[in-house]
This record gives sequence, structure tokens and C-alpha cells, in this order.
Amino acid sequence: MSNGQIKLPMVDAQQVKSCDTHIQTIANYESAAEANWVTGELETTIGPVYQISTTLDRQDRLGAIKARWGVGRMEYAIPPGLYAIGEPGKTSPVLLSANYKLSFDYLRRELPGLNLWVLVLDTNGINVWCAAGKGSFGTDEVVRMVNATGLPELVSHRTLILPQLAAPGVAAHEVRRLSGFKVIYGPVRAADIPAFLNADNKAQKEMRRTHFALRDRLLLTPVELTALYKPLVGLTVFLFLLNLFSLLLKGQPVELFPLLGQSFSDLVPFLVAVLVGAVLVPALLPFIPGRAFAWKGWVLGILWASGYSLLAAPETGWLQITAYFLTLPAITAYLGMNFTGSSTFTSLSGVLKEMKVALPLIVISASLGLITLIATYFV
Amino acid sequence: MKYRYLKNVVTLQMDRNKCNGCGMCLEVCPQQVFIFNDKVSTIADRDACIECGACAKNCPTKAINVRVGVGCAYAVVMDKFNRKSKCCGDACCSLDNIPDQ
Repeated sequence: MSNGQIKLPMVDAQQVKSCDTHIQTIANYESAAEANWVTGELETTIGPVYQISTTLDRQDRLGAIKARWGVGRMEYAIPPGLYAIGEPGKTSPVLLSANYKLSFDYLRRELPGLNLWVLVLDTNGINVWCAAGKGSFGTDEVVRMVNATGLPELVSHRTLILPQLAAPGVAAHEVRRLSGFKVIYGPVRAADIPAFLNADNKAQKEMRRTHFALRDRLLLTPVELTALYKPLVGLTVFLFLLNLFSLLLKGQPVELFPLLGQSFSDLVPFLVAVLVGAVLVPALLPFIPGRAFAWKGWVLGILWASGYSLLAAPETGWLQITAYFLTLPAITAYLGMNFTGSSTFTSLSGVLKEMKVALPLIVISASLGLITLIATYFV
Repeated sequence: MKYRYLKNVVTLQMDRNKCNGCGMCLEVCPQQVFIFNDKVSTIADRDACIECGACAKNCPTKAINVRVGVGCAYAVVMDKFNRKSKCCGDACCSLDNIPDQ
């Protein structure tokens, strides 16, 4: 690969891993030159390298919104390879990134005015942290891409700057042994990269911490919500049938619109419970007392069940209130528990312990609640 | 503000006798679990550990031991039904290390 013939930033077809969606993604970008984020080409000793923009345009922003809502999130990838920011030379720093477009966009928008190389690994379109967890952002991939792109001939130094969150997948001392390149872990957030480079590749303590601000937490809620439309549609149909059978059993006339109206109004407490569990729990996460996520969800669920029972008090009997107190907190507890995977501070051991206690309680509470709920339609 | 998760659950272990004081664990840990003490690394805040495995992976003397995994309940549920979690593609939510129950 050192004869300068390699086409950059594309990687040989054989080197593309055997993952169907991935090959498709690469094919979509048969020519990275056509990508909206490529601004030009830089002639180098190892061939032409695409220069990339440091500003995000409409297309990038729209793509980000779609990915956040889960539309095409698994195919939101860019071709792995070497790219240039500004007009880098032999001594310019080399930053590594995943080929999830969102990761790539968040990186490049923080680099205006700088001259450096960006080596994009093939992480199957997965972000840095998750790819590192499974090893696709790993020691082997780093070494492979360094050699495949001809980086050793391009730069005179022997230093790679990796995102700190790649560390679960990459053994710095192994990369050095296998490629001769020293790995330096940069800051957790791309926004700190200019300051990090200015400080001679030293990260302040603050740059090494993960943050999980309100904005970060809320950005993750759409994907959680999109996963819930199927259960909600199912629940709507279920409530419709309950109302229908209730009318039939009581020998009352069946009229479509009142029936639909009643079904949707019956859905309201559950719909709000879903929003409480999937949006309000993440938003208020640090302020809800307790440590287990399921508990945090349950607390807000109890509050909502109380609130709704009071709101609808004149019309609801004790049986209905019982049903709400059993089902609504079960929903919010489950959704709260599911947010463990989106958070930055949970461990597998902790999640297993939490689930061992919470899951049986959630199942029991939801089952009893469901039976009670069905009963309310027939008494 | 530092978020806190459950106490006394994580599997992180460290053999201070093997530590050569290179400081990589302090550098890679996103949760500031380690501090230097007498020129070797020490676990100062075990409960903050998220078992990501960055420290063990980057320890050249293998002084650190931890069962690596992702703290994701959804993935654990999916795993119980023998289905692959779709939330982060095939690459994430590795549950290879879930103990048999």
C-alpha cells in the first residue's frame, strides 16, 4: 500500500467488512467528492486527499434531526479514510474519528481555522463510544487504517490523537507496538479539541469528564419515543375493543364516533405516562430522589397516577383508580429503567442488580393493573 | 455535578503491586475513578465506575481487572428474549459478559 496508488479516502472493497447495510452505505458515496461536506482536494505525497468543510449546512442539520428521530440512523455513515481540514502538512496533528456521520459532523464543526488530518475508521456507522465498546473502534482497526491510508509516509511525526471515549476499545501500548504510532487520548468532547491542541496535547481534568446536561439528555429522548408507537397503537386498539365489548355486553347501542372518542380519552393517562417515562424522567433525572432508574420512573409514575386520579376524580371509581396506580407507575418505571442505556454513568453490574428487583415488580404490577383495568369495563 | 448510580456493585479490581505508575488509567477513565497515591494508581471512587473497561484495556501491566459491559437495561431485556438489541446497531450493547442466571 505504500506505492502512492491508493485512492483516498476510499478503502479497498475487500477491506470493507461484510455487513450488507455497510457496503450499501459505502456504495452510496461511490464518490466522496460529491458529498456536501467535501470542499476540495489536496495533493499529497500519497495521493489526493479530500478537504472537508468545518461548517454544517442544511443537509447536515436535517440529517442530524432525522438520525435523532431514528430515521436511517443505522445507515448514517461516511466512507472511512483520510481527510484534510484546512491545509495540513507533514507535522500536522492526526485526529481519529468513527464513521458515524453525526460523530464526524460534531468533530469537524469544532475545527475551523485549523490545519490537521482526520483519519476516519470503519466503525460500521456506529458512534465512537458504542463502537469502542464492541471493539470495531479498536486496536486492530486503528492499525489497519493507519497502514491502509499510507499515513506513515504522509506525516513525519508518530502521534495519533484519539477521542478519549475510544479507550474501551483501543490499547494504546498495543497500537504503538504494532504501528509505531503513539496514542494520545484527546478530550471527551470535540469542542475542547482546539484548547487541547493549543495546550500541547494536554487535556485539562475537566475535559476528561463525561457531561450529561439537560440538553444531552433530551436529545436522546426522541429515539426512545419512536420505539413506543407500536405498543401505543396496540393499546389504542385494545381500549377500543374493551369499550366495544363493554357496550355489547351491556346491550347498549354501538355508535362509532362516541366509541372512538371514549377509547382515545381512555388512552390519555397511558399516553401521558409514556411521555413521563420517556421524556420527563430523563429531563429530571438528577433531581428525582433515589439512584435506581426504575425507582425514579416509578416515583414520577405514582405522582402522575395521583394527579390523574384527582383530575378525573368525579368520574372514576376506586377500581379505576386502583388500575391506574398499578399500571401507570409500571410503565414509567420500565421506561425509566430503559434510559439506563442512554445515560453516561450506569454499569452493567448495577443495571443487572436493579433489574433483578424491578423487573418482577413491574411485571406483577402491570399484570394486576391490566386485570383491574379490564374489570372496570365490565362492572 | 457528578451523577451517582448504585453503590457497591461494580466489579473493578486493581492490583497496586503490578502498577508501574504510567497514569493511563487516570487519563482514559471518564468517571475519575482513579487517583495517584504514592506514585501508583489507586481506586478512589469505585462506585463511580461504569465498567467500560478503558482502564484495563490500556493498562500495560494488566494491573486492572473488570467485567466489561454496557449498563443498558433494554439490551439485557432483549438478550433474555434472545434478540439482538437494535438500539446501537450490532456493534453496541455487548452482552457477552452477562453472568448466567
